[in-house]
Amino acid sequence: MSEDDVIAQLSSGMTIGIGGWGSRRKPMSLVRAIARSELTDLTIVCYGGPEVGILSALGKVRRAVYGFVSLDSIPLEPHFRQARQQGSIEVTELDEGAFYLGLLAGAHRVPFYPTRAGLGSDMLLMNPDLATVTSPYPDADGAYEELVAIPAFQLDASLVHMNRADSAGNGQFLGPDLYFDDLFAKAASATYLSCEKVVETGELLDEGSLHTIKIPRIFVDGVVESPRGAHFTECPPDYGRDEAFQRTYAATAKDPDAWKVFVDRWLEAPSHTEYLERLDSEAGKSA
Amino acid sequence: MNRPTDFPATRDEVCVVAIAEAFRGDGEILCNPIGTTPIIGGRLARATFEPTMVVTDAVAVLAANILPVGDDDAERLVEAWMPYRDVFDVVWSGRRHIVMGASQIDAHGNQNLAAIGDWRRPKAQLLGLRGAPGNLTNHVTTYWIPNHSTRSFVATVDLVSGPGYDRVAPLSAFIRANHEIRRVVSNLAVLDFENPGEPDTPRRMRLRSVHPGVTVDEVVKATGFALDLPDEVPESRLPTLEELHLIREVLDPQGLRKAEFGG
Repeated sequence: MSEDDVIAQLSSGMTIGIGGWGSRRKPMSLVRAIARSELTDLTIVCYGGPEVGILSALGKVRRAVYGFVSLDSIPLEPHFRQARQQGSIEVTELDEGAFYLGLLAGAHRVPFYPTRAGLGSDMLLMNPDLATVTSPYPDADGAYEELVAIPAFQLDASLVHMNRADSAGNGQFLGPDLYFDDLFAKAASATYLSCEKVVETGELLDEGSLHTIKIPRIFVDGVVESPRGAHFTECPPDYGRDEAFQRTYAATAKDPDAWKVFVDRWLEAPSHTEYLERLDSEAGKSA
Repeated sequence: MNRPTDFPATRDEVCVVAIAEAFRGDGEILCNPIGTTPIIGGRLARATFEPTMVVTDAVAVLAANILPVGDDDAERLVEAWMPYRDVFDVVWSGRRHIVMGASQIDAHGNQNLAAIGDWRRPKAQLLGLRGAPGNLTNHVTTYWIPNHSTRSFVATVDLVSGPGYDRVAPLSAFIRANHEIRRVVSNLAVLDFENPGEPDTPRRMRLRSVHPGVTVDEVVKATGFALDLPDEVPESRLPTLEELHLIREVLDPQGLRKAEFGG
């Protein structure tokens, strides 16, 4: 599949899970394909990084559901900040661990998982739809504890980026952390997996141990080969974060003209191939 | 007390030691400080009086050796893999002590890291709730606030990320047993909640010590609520020579800690 083939499977109003974590191994070529598409009114569900800022700034997002939104080396995602301060997106802000339980409940097809996270804090005030449940089992003192019921995320689609995959959709991560990408795949009605490189099934063990092939093809509906597909976020061991590019992106939040240039040159590059050509020509200029 | 007069300790080093002291007695748990000064403090405790603590690294491993802060290339003696999913398991196991920041904190220890103004459309969107709601209901927390003022130590926080003692008082026995704000370390002082207070009233923040060169009055004036003030407020402990050596030569040879102190 190509990025645009994936977009053709999506529609406005959908709830879309996005893998990765902050500015780490984000499916950016797919995010840019959404950016240049007609899709709108999306609910995006993620441990948020630049995809939240980019898609919010372009008016694609109705609601963001997140455990946090950060660019890691730039702790506050500036476009997300702006969207929040302008009130242009609705938000479901959850404790980071509670967010994990929403994914897990979605993957397991149970209505909710219970947690203590949120009791005493303003997480419940910010999310008036969140309900509590009473444990059916007594504690040591005979009391029945009240817990927060984190509802299962219902994802119409998930987008994740892996280091390697075979063409059938078996996905492999080679970096230090899978994050929650396998759960995004399991919790969604359809999952589209981009990867740095498509390899033969028999080659999956050439670069990583058995334990790195974490997304089996039964949870994957389409594979996109997208070298440097996570750029400018990091994708170790294939490449690190492009910090200079990220700083340029971040600076556009305070400068509408620079944002227009950024959108033009990078987000509206007509294909991932064209995006990479522009990146390489830029690198050639500065070298 | 050890006073290395040749190389007198600076305020940042006193703060590092105050954060390290927060971990004293923790034993074999996950030491999880966030931010430069807290990381140096946690690693200092691990290198000296809390040798059994395990320490997180930014790259999904627990390293058994003492690493300099901010050095991604330092050789790591890996003792376990700790991807983010497993961090949540540790949070919920209770075997963790985190040091977090606080944009605002009140007398009962309610922390705001999330937003200034109305959360629906904040004047300033900050980091968010992050993991604070889960941390505070499961394990020990210490706060590091490098800009002690009436803007950070406030009568009422705009939003509660991490609940304080008044918010936790009506919750379950489990949460009350696991909730602990061990210390609040600022650039001026060390504060805690160790005052017994009146029965059936939630604990309030107490001035535990003032850093050398700071007066009690300065701390009181920089705090937007009435602090619990003991009759005698000691000075925060100075680093030992060994600690100064570790901070300056081993844990932070680049002096990254100075950035939070305007240096």
